[in-house]
Amino acid sequence: MTTPDPHAPVQLSGPVPFRAGGFAPRVIPLAGAATLIGLIALWQAGAMAGLIDTLFLPPPFAIATALWNLAVSGELWKHFSASLMRLAIGWSAGTVAGLALGLAVGLTTILRSPGMAVVSALFPIPKIALVPLFIIWFGIGEGSKDITLAFGVFFPTVINTAAGVDAVPRSLIRMGQSFGLSRAAIIAKIVLPGALPSILAGFRITAAIAIILLVAAEMIGADRGIGSFVLAAGNLYDTDNLMAGIVVLSLMGLAVSFVLGRLEKRLLRWR
Amino acid sequence: MGEGSRVGLALTGISHRYRALQVLENVSLTVAPGEVTVLIGPSGCGKSTLLSIAGGLLKPDAGRVEWEGVLAPDCLNPFATVFQDFALLPWRSVAGNIGLALEHTELTKPKRAVRIAEVLELTGLADFARAWPRQLSGGMRQRVGIARALAVRPAIMLMDEPLSALDAQTRALLLDEFAALIARAGTTTLYVTHNLAEAVRLGHQIVVLSRRPGRVRAIERIDLPLGDRSPEDSDLRAIESRLWAMIRDEASAAEKEAGHDHA
Repeated sequence: MTTPDPHAPVQLSGPVPFRAGGFAPRVIPLAGAATLIGLIALWQAGAMAGLIDTLFLPPPFAIATALWNLAVSGELWKHFSASLMRLAIGWSAGTVAGLALGLAVGLTTILRSPGMAVVSALFPIPKIALVPLFIIWFGIGEGSKDITLAFGVFFPTVINTAAGVDAVPRSLIRMGQSFGLSRAAIIAKIVLPGALPSILAGFRITAAIAIILLVAAEMIGADRGIGSFVLAAGNLYDTDNLMAGIVVLSLMGLAVSFVLGRLEKRLLRWR
Repeated sequence: MGEGSRVGLALTGISHRYRALQVLENVSLTVAPGEVTVLIGPSGCGKSTLLSIAGGLLKPDAGRVEWEGVLAPDCLNPFATVFQDFALLPWRSVAGNIGLALEHTELTKPKRAVRIAEVLELTGLADFARAWPRQLSGGMRQRVGIARALAVRPAIMLMDEPLSALDAQTRALLLDEFAALIARAGTTTLYVTHNLAEAVRLGHQIVVLSRRPGRVRAIERIDLPLGDRSPEDSDLRAIESRLWAMIRDEASAAEKEAGHDHA
């Protein structure tokens, strides 16, 4: 057997082979929903077959039943409305304050360095660790929970808003100046709309952070709210209700994501 | 468009530096009313800086900029700038982008709409009023930039390499339209370009700047009316060759210098 000579010329003929189509992952309609339904069905089947210990992981049907009972008894609304109110107050307060400081950091020399120094120093602190401190400062009532949420939401909002302002092309601001727009008009008509994609992306992050902190704050000191309900159910080994509470939290996150998605679609339709 | 406004500019002893970098040194020139003055020179010689200084967008370290002339009553902004990167707001439609330049003026909403419609028609954008900038080609985007500038009926147009971001064919087409628009409007124009063909096609006065720090090296006058100029004109080709001979060595040196700066 002879070894082919690597230096010998190679004869080519015929069609050139197709070599590249790029990476183009496609969205398969309904595949996501089908996957979720399939997993839930598998989970239910596993529980019914005795493969899953239902004390530790109740089957989907039991969770749905627990949810139904909670809804009918009014217990679900009692906890859900308390959580929703805290989420609305805490997130709104943190967002308004964060937007104000973020804009100030992005637009003014005097606040840029001090503002970013404070944000950089405080942002990495796990906000859950501050809950006991806030309880000491503001009491066990609503104040400490609202502050915890607002504090957690504030820093990412500042960072995303300032980054959004920084990302507005300077040529657009110079264009506004060249046409004689006032500083206020440039901020309202150029800077804010230009920073909006980054601000809205920040809303998605802060909404998730707010839900995490909501549950943590409610677990530490509340008798109402989904967090306290989940903790109480866990203490009683009532895993059906515990999982029902988790499902409510998951649905809450999905609802927030849906609302923000609609908002983005409406406000950023030019993209 | 701008009819009635007759304003000239005089730049005297302009010097400017960015930190340690001296960009312009003792530049003096006049921009005559109703004429197009083109600034050419090697990369980094301070052409765009001089344009910003002339338009009051940048304060020079030394020297002064003065204007003199008559401002027409319908002029809403003495200066209007056309940018190299178009500087369009992507979240506003074509009409919205043009309207931005008018919103802070005393024009009522219906009068603004009339002006917008006029400049859309003038720049061939009438069918694109509601389009988003992302839906337009580069050439169409620059038409919007020009329409926005014309909408304020400026006395002085500042054009910062308005065609350099476009492909060659679009550039040639828009150059013809620029020449016709400028000839018709008679607006005083200060025009920055790297392209010598553009310079001889549009300029009544071509100011050649030296490499950094930019100084006035030569001033070439072309008295042929804009409407009578064509790219094949042998006199214009000869001026273009002369200008190229003047800046070729400096352009090459500036290119090498830029390479060193980035190394």
